[in-house]
Amino acid sequence: MTEMRFREAVRAAMAEEMERDPDVFVMGEEVAQYQGAYKVTEGLLDRFGDKRVIDTPIAEAGFAGMGIGAAMVGLRPIVEFMTWNFSGVAFDQILNNAAKLRQMSGGQLEVPIVFRGPNASARQVGSQHSHAMEHFYAHIPGLKVVAPATCADAKGLLKTAIRDDNPVVYLESETLYSLKGDVPDDTDFTVPFGRGTVVRPGRDVTIISYSRIVHVALEAAETLSREGIEAEVIDLRSLRPLDEDLIVSSVAKTHRAVVAYEGWPYGGVGAEVVDRIQRLAFDELDAPVLRVTTLDYPMPYNAALEAHCIPQAPRIVAAAKTVSYRE
Amino acid sequence: MAKLVEMPKLSPTMEEGQIAAWHVREGDTIDVDDLLAEVETDKATMEFRSFDRGVLLKILSRDGAIVRLGDPVAIIGEAGEDIAPLVAAARSGGGDVAVAVPDALSSTSPPSPPAPDAPATSGAAPSGRRPPPAAEAARDASAAPVAASVDATGRVKASPYVRKLAREKDLDLRTVAGTGPGGRIIARDVEALPAAPTPPAAAATTAAGVPLPHAGRGHPARSNGVEPPEIVPLTMMRKTIARRLTESKQTVPHFYLTIDVDAGPLFDLRRRLNADLADLDPPQKVSFNDFVIKAVAVAITRAPAVNATFTETALVYHRRVDISVAVAVDDGLVTPVVRDADRKSLLAINAEVADLAARARAKRLTPEEMSDGTFSVSNLGMFGIDAFAAVINPPEGAILAVGGIRSEPVVVAGAVVPGRRMSMTLSCDHRVVDGAVGATFLAELRRLLEHPTQILAF
Repeated sequence: MTEMRFREAVRAAMAEEMERDPDVFVMGEEVAQYQGAYKVTEGLLDRFGDKRVIDTPIAEAGFAGMGIGAAMVGLRPIVEFMTWNFSGVAFDQILNNAAKLRQMSGGQLEVPIVFRGPNASARQVGSQHSHAMEHFYAHIPGLKVVAPATCADAKGLLKTAIRDDNPVVYLESETLYSLKGDVPDDTDFTVPFGRGTVVRPGRDVTIISYSRIVHVALEAAETLSREGIEAEVIDLRSLRPLDEDLIVSSVAKTHRAVVAYEGWPYGGVGAEVVDRIQRLAFDELDAPVLRVTTLDYPMPYNAALEAHCIPQAPRIVAAAKTVSYRE
Repeated sequence: MAKLVEMPKLSPTMEEGQIAAWHVREGDTIDVDDLLAEVETDKATMEFRSFDRGVLLKILSRDGAIVRLGDPVAIIGEAGEDIAPLVAAARSGGGDVAVAVPDALSSTSPPSPPAPDAPATSGAAPSGRRPPPAAEAARDASAAPVAASVDATGRVKASPYVRKLAREKDLDLRTVAGTGPGGRIIARDVEALPAAPTPPAAAATTAAGVPLPHAGRGHPARSNGVEPPEIVPLTMMRKTIARRLTESKQTVPHFYLTIDVDAGPLFDLRRRLNADLADLDPPQKVSFNDFVIKAVAVAITRAPAVNATFTETALVYHRRVDISVAVAVDDGLVTPVVRDADRKSLLAINAEVADLAARARAKRLTPEEMSDGTFSVSNLGMFGIDAFAAVINPPEGAILAVGGIRSEPVVVAGAVVPGRRMSMTLSCDHRVVDGAVGATFLAELRRLLEHPTQILAF
């Protein structure tokens, strides 16, 4: 185990896989000469050279498509979006090429590519740069979508993503990059897709979350505990595929659930989780499942208004009390 | 592909039906429109015919079972299909409605020991936390006969988890008070309740196969010196009688007007008329009740204000004279309607009442034949009753209760002589029929019955 920051864990995963497999390379805006807009790729250019750490123009559709083409002919690209907001420019490449080519070629083509970068709100980056993009990508069959909350999972999930023969959307968080945590040193340490984890056991209510909001949920669970409600906090880690068994087993224990995440309330990953609960654990429910989401507005720039829109611990606490029929 | 056969809506007001008798057996081949079963609804026994063709793979609701509208009663499909998932689906949703047990039972039940931490009252809650469930009060049907969680249609509001717990513990949720939003029963309302002592599989059943939830739960005969009563589950008809008559007596302000009619002329006229009718081929005869129905109908045309219905916004005066006739049947009574009785002959009324009564006893009346009467006549004269008062049959505004003809001494011109009298009592809905209106009608009725040749003229 080595204690390191989240960005270092992401970097370690890339470096280990680039050592392990010469077909793995990384490209994106500012990943090489500038050492990464958020310093995630720092040092990789010196270590692996400019054939495997490639600066691109500011042209997401172009370099996403180039990565998909490289993957089709046998390489294993890691495409960094400076933030996931900019993947909107490359949406057609991801939707219509990355996610479709294996099926449309009758299995003759594989697209073993990883798209990665920071996702969702940062601090005061405005309405166009605060998007939670997983809700768009998790909708698409042919893609896998993962979103780690801890340093260890950041490394383990990215290594699984690089080794996967399908296109993977890997979502980081700008405000998690400085998080410190213990990370296994084992170069074969991976975290499987489709498996969530209980980060805090409890008996009274299940709070289901992922990515940065897991930490907010844990904060809420502490508050609830002081009021006599023991919340079980689940980190989904993998949004597609989804760990239905874990969700169902927890709700079967607590009979109440709150889903907390960044993103607007209409549809999305949280609605998908609610669907699984009502469908697979209907007889276990003692209360309607509630969601705590980003409020249904374009993100305000103003710091106070932004904080109001993003899911905060008090809103999770209130929802947990509501489903527990307390206050 | 096997599918569930669901209880259909067989009458306009039907909410549940009781399987009177299956006419097919498991394994039978069914065609569209084949008679599957007879179903007793709130109104009548109806034919339940198949909408599908295939093989009847399983009967889910036995004879006697009461089934909610839309709940499964059978599975139809192709021979040899695996129906286990459908059976499971049918069992987890709906199914038979449990049969209520009269409160009288609770008086013969040995009291159960109080829960160790059951609160003495369900009074004020400690701050910050709602009161724990009054567990014993909830178990004791006499203390909480109907909880707030049961809505007007009898549906219990409970969370899915509570329903699962109730199945596991064999709890009757109708006796549990819900503390969730809108009275919803939530987990904490039932988690403290003890499980029923024996599983439902061990519960006794009636001859009709209807499970009795409380029977057989530690009630050996004379265990406490009291012979346990016979429990007869409510039939659909009995439920309807209970509901409608309770509603009538509780919401309709009744008052009663009684007259004693000189029945001598009517007695003599009927004897003469029947003697003449006996010469017909085939011979015919009319009853006192036919005279009464016809006389009531004609009297209504002369005093139409009694032929009325009260509604929340208006008084409704009917322009038709449709007489509901109370008919006793084996396990209750029904009120088929003689339409336009004012315009029908005595013989026509006689034939119609005979037909309606026969089919009522065979439970073969259609709901339409028992709907939309405007005035009721109930005659208990043939049962030896001299006089009585009847409960109004809403939405009608009045009902006439007719006693038998009595031979008794009467005073005529200052002398006591043998005579005949017939008592009748009009029950009026005072919201629409006032005393003077009822009296006017009875005066017309008396005039007709005491001068009965008039009745023949209409």
